[in-house]
Amino acid sequence: MKLDKSNKLKIGLAAAVAILLAKLFVIQIVDERYKIDASNNSMVYTMIYPPRGIIDDRNGKILVGNKIAYDLVVTPKEVEEFDTLALCRAIGVPEEFVKEKMAEYYRNRRRIGYQSVVMLKQMTPERYMKFAEIAYKFPGFRGQARSIREYPYNAGGNLLGYVSEVDADFLKKHEDYSAGDYAGKTGIEATCEQYLKGEKGYNIYLRNSHNKIEGRYRDGEMDKEAVPGMDITTTIDAELQHYGQMLMQNKVGSLVAIEPSTGEILTLVSSPGIDVDMLADIGSHYNEILANPYKPMFNRAVQSAYPPGSVFKLVNALIGLQEGVLTPETEYPCSMGYHFGRNKLGCHAHRSPLNLEESIMMSCNAYYCYVLRNLLEKGDSVSVGDALDEWSRYVRSFGFGEKLGSDFPSELGGTIPDSGYYDRIYGKGRWKATNVISLSIGQGEIGCTPLHLANLCATIANRGYYYIPHLIKDSEKVRIDPKYKERHYTMVDTVHFPKVIEGMYMAVNAGYGSGGTATIAAVDGLDICGKTGTAQNPRGDDNSVFICFAPKDNPRIAVAAYVENGSFGARWAAPLASLLVEKYLSGDISEARKPLEKRMMEGNLLDKVKTD
Amino acid sequence: MERLSGRKLSDTLDWPLIICYLALVLIGWINIYASVQSAEPLSIFDMGTRSGKQFVWMMTAFALAAVILFVINARVYESLAVPIYVATLLLLVAVIFLGVEVKGSRSWFEFGPVRFQPAEISKISTSIMLATLMSQYGYKIGNPRNFIATAAVILVPMAIIVAQSETGSALVYVGFIFMLYREGLSGWLLFMGGVAVLLFILTMTVSPYFSILALVCIVTLCNTLYSGKFRHWLITVLPFAVVMAFLPWGMERLVAITGSAEDSLLGSLKPEYILTALSLCSIPYFAMKAFRERSTFKWASIAAFIAGVILVFSVDFIFHDVLQDHQRKRIEVLLGLKDDPTGVGYNVNQSMIAIGSGGLLGKGFLKGTQTTYGFVPEQSTDFIFCTIGEEWGFAGSAAVILIYAFLIWRVMHDAERSRESFTRIYGYCVASCIFMHLFINIGMTIGIMPVIGIPLPFVSYGGSSLWAFTVMLFIFIALVRHERRYFS
Repeated sequence: MKLDKSNKLKIGLAAAVAILLAKLFVIQIVDERYKIDASNNSMVYTMIYPPRGIIDDRNGKILVGNKIAYDLVVTPKEVEEFDTLALCRAIGVPEEFVKEKMAEYYRNRRRIGYQSVVMLKQMTPERYMKFAEIAYKFPGFRGQARSIREYPYNAGGNLLGYVSEVDADFLKKHEDYSAGDYAGKTGIEATCEQYLKGEKGYNIYLRNSHNKIEGRYRDGEMDKEAVPGMDITTTIDAELQHYGQMLMQNKVGSLVAIEPSTGEILTLVSSPGIDVDMLADIGSHYNEILANPYKPMFNRAVQSAYPPGSVFKLVNALIGLQEGVLTPETEYPCSMGYHFGRNKLGCHAHRSPLNLEESIMMSCNAYYCYVLRNLLEKGDSVSVGDALDEWSRYVRSFGFGEKLGSDFPSELGGTIPDSGYYDRIYGKGRWKATNVISLSIGQGEIGCTPLHLANLCATIANRGYYYIPHLIKDSEKVRIDPKYKERHYTMVDTVHFPKVIEGMYMAVNAGYGSGGTATIAAVDGLDICGKTGTAQNPRGDDNSVFICFAPKDNPRIAVAAYVENGSFGARWAAPLASLLVEKYLSGDISEARKPLEKRMMEGNLLDKVKTD
Repeated sequence: MERLSGRKLSDTLDWPLIICYLALVLIGWINIYASVQSAEPLSIFDMGTRSGKQFVWMMTAFALAAVILFVINARVYESLAVPIYVATLLLLVAVIFLGVEVKGSRSWFEFGPVRFQPAEISKISTSIMLATLMSQYGYKIGNPRNFIATAAVILVPMAIIVAQSETGSALVYVGFIFMLYREGLSGWLLFMGGVAVLLFILTMTVSPYFSILALVCIVTLCNTLYSGKFRHWLITVLPFAVVMAFLPWGMERLVAITGSAEDSLLGSLKPEYILTALSLCSIPYFAMKAFRERSTFKWASIAAFIAGVILVFSVDFIFHDVLQDHQRKRIEVLLGLKDDPTGVGYNVNQSMIAIGSGGLLGKGFLKGTQTTYGFVPEQSTDFIFCTIGEEWGFAGSAAVILIYAFLIWRVMHDAERSRESFTRIYGYCVASCIFMHLFINIGMTIGIMPVIGIPLPFVSYGGSSLWAFTVMLFIFIALVRHERRYFS
C-alpha cells in the first residue's frame, strides 16, 4: 500500500479514533475516581440534625434549652391524590395554604425533581401527632423531627440572641453549612455557634435508576451519628438578669453588673429588650420587632455611646492625683459654678470650699473645672494639646474610647477626644483649656457605653485594674481567650484609689441632709459606694446615671445604670442600681425598701423618650 | 428503472454504509429513550417523550433517504449547486433577523412545532458547491484564483454562522481542510495548523517563553530534516535549547539575589523578549543562506517562524479580546487552568462521571443512574454519548466509535474508487463533516475538547440534525449508486 494522501488521511482517522478510545479506556476502566463520584450521585443522604448545645447561667440554671418540633416535608414526585381538607385539619392550616404550596411545587417541578421540600415548619409535637395518625393517607408527606430553642427564664433576650435558618448570603461565606441548616444570628447564639451547633449526621441509602430506595448503603457502616452541640455556661445570673429586666421595664436604658474580681458580666439589661418568647419564633415576630419605635433589637448596653456625665469626675480625680495637680486635701471654692472670663459652668447649691472627698460626695462641677484646667495648663514647657493627649492616654487606660474586647458581638468603641480632634474643629493651636472644660464633668465630646461605665466601676472597686468584661465562663470544653484572665492596670497608681472610694462611700452613706448625692442608694450593712451622674441629653430631659459597687471591701458586684431621660442620677439610676446590688448580695429586698422597689418597677419613662 | 440499470438494486447500493447508518440511528433512538427515562416507565413510542418524537423524525428521514436514492436523479446536484448554495446563504443571513433565539444564538427557524437550523443544510450545500467548483476541468488548487474561490466558498457561510454566535457549527467547516489536503493542498499547511494549535495551548498552559522555544526547535528541526542535516541539528540547536530552557529560572534567581524591584529594568525584562530578540537577530543570517541557496523552503520557514512569534504574542489578546466570555471559560476548564466543577466545568465533570461509571460492560439498558437523574445536562442531544457510555460501558461506546470509524473509512474508500471527481470531492466533504462532529462531540463528553454544542451525527435527538445528516450521506450513496449503475 503506497502512502498517498488518501492513506495518510486514513492513518490520521485511525489516530484520532485511537485517541478517543484511549481516553475512554482511561476514564471507564483505569481511573477509579469517576466511579466513586458516580456512587455519590446515586446515594441518598438523609440528614440527622443534632440538638443544639444548652446555654446555662453561672449557677447551672438553663437559660436556653431545646424542645422537639416537627417540619412537614413533602416529596412532590411521590404525592398522589389526597384529601386536602383532612390534611389541612390535621396540620392546622387553611386549605388555600396547601393548594398554593402544591401549585408552587408543580410550577417548579423541574427544579425540585426528586427532592423533598419543607411545606410547614415547626409544628408542635401535639399537632404532629394528629398528622402522624393519618399519615398513611398522604404518601409523599412525612414529618421530620428537629430540635428548636426553649427559654425557661424570661431573661437575657438580647444577650442570648436568636437562631434562624441560614440564607444564601450566609452559605456563601460558610462552606460547612448547607441549605436548611440553622445557625445563631446574634448574641451568644452567634458568638458560640462553633460550640453550640454540634455535628450533623446522616444515613446513606442507595437508589436505583427508578429512584427507588434499595436499602442501606453497606448496611449503615458508613452512616454518621449526629454529635450534639456542646453546652455553654455563661457568667449571667439568671435570677439577677430577670430582676434587672423587671426593674428596667418601661424605661429606656441599660443596667450592667460585673463581678469585679473576674470581669464576669452578671447582668446586662438593655431596655426595652426582646422577649424570649419572640426569640423562639423570631421569623414571625421579626417585622413586629423592627416596627417597635424603641428599637428592642438595639443593644444599648454595648452599642449606644452616651456622655457619662458626673460619674466621669472620678476619672479626672484619679488622673489629677496621679499627675500631682491635686492632693486629697486640696480645696477649691464654688460659687454656683465655675467662672472663666465672661462664661460660667454652673453648679448646684452646696457649701464651699470643698476638698476631694467632698467634691465627689456632693458632685461639685467647679472643683473638676479647676482639676482639668490644672491638668491641661502645665506651664510654658507643655502645650495644652500635648497635655490633652496625655489626659486622653490616661482615660483610655481605663478602657474608654475603644472596644473593651468583650465576647459580645458588635460592641461599640465610644469616643475620647485628643488634641487632633480639637485641632480639626478649632484649627491647630487655636483652642485653650477653657474650650474643652466640659470634659471635666463628663460632658462634651466624650462617648461611652454603659458597659464602659460598669467597667470603670469595677476598676475602681479593684483599686486600679480591670478584667475585660465577658459573658462566657471558662470550662474544660469551652476555653475562653486568655486575655479575659489578664489584669489590665490603668495608668493611675493603686494608692490613689482609696480616697476616691471614700468619696463614693460618703456620697451614698453620709446620711440624708448631709449633701451626699446618692443617699437614696444606701442599704444597711451593704457598704455601697457610688457616684451619680446627670448627663445632658439634647433630646429631652437629662439622662440619669449611676455607678456603684459593694461591699466597699472585697467588692462582689459593680453596677452601672443608665436611664434615658431619667433626669437626676439619684432619681432613677441610683435606686435601680442599688436594688440590683441588694438583690444580688442579700438575695431579697428589705421591707424598708419595698416601696422604693415598687415605685421603680412601676415607673414609666417611655413617654419622655423621643422615638423619631 | 430496473430496466435501465445494468445491475440489480442490491448490487448498486452500498450496503455497508446503509447498515452503519441504520445501526447508528437505532442506537441513537434507544439511548434517547434511556436518557429520558423517568420513575414511571413509558413506551418508547410515547409521543409525549423525546424517543417518540425521534421515531417520527427517523421515519421521515428514511422517507427522505428513499426519495434521494430512488426519485431524484443524482446528476441534478452538480447542475443545481450554485442556486442551492446561494439560497442557503440567503437563509443563513435571514435567520439572523427572523430566527428565534435559542441559548444565546440566533440560528433557528421556527415553524410551529418544527425548528430547523439553516447551518445544518449549509454543510450540504457547501459540500455540493465545493465538489462542483473543484471538479471543473482545469481546476488546480495551486492556482491562486482557484484557491481563493475555494476558500471563499468555505469561509462565507462560516463567517455568517459565526455572526449567528454558533461558533461550534462554524468550527466544523475547518474540517474541509482534510478534503482540500486530499485534493492537493500542501501537507505543510495542515502541519502548520497543528503547530499553531500546539503553540496556543503551550502559551496558555506553560508560558510564552517555552512556546517560542518550541517554535524555534520545530522550525529548525523541519529545516534540517528537509535538507538531511539532522545530526547537525542535534549538536547545535538541541544543546542551545536545553541551556535556554533554564533561562527563566536563572533570571528569577538573579532578580531574587540582586533584590531588584518588580518595575526595575531587570525585573521587567521577560525571558521571552530575550529569546525573541536573539532569534530575530539570527534571521538575517538565515535569510542570507536562503538567498544563496535559492531555497523557497528556507524563506517559507522564516515567514512561518515570524508568523509563529506573532501568534504567541497575540495569544493573550485573542484569548481575552476576541473570544467570548463563555468560550474563554470552556477553554480554561479544558486546559485545566481553572477548576470549576459546579460552573462551566459542571457539564464536563458530570458527563465524565457518567461515562466513567459505566466501566467495561456498562450498567445495562435503562439502568444508568447518572443520566436518568438529570445530572448530565442536554443528555439526549449534545451529551447523548454519556448515556451510551454509562449504560453500555467501554464495550458499547468503543463499538459506537468503531462504527463511525468504519462509516468514515467506507465513505473515503468509496470516494477514492469513484471515477468522477465530483463524487470523490463530495465524499471527502461528507467524511470530513462527520469526522469533525464525531471528534468534537465525543471529545467534549470525555474532556479532551472544550464544550462545543454540536450534535453527534445520526444519534443525537433532533429532527433538523438527523435529516441533514441523512440527506448528506444519502446524496453520497446515491452518487455512488448512480456511478455503479452506469459505469461498473
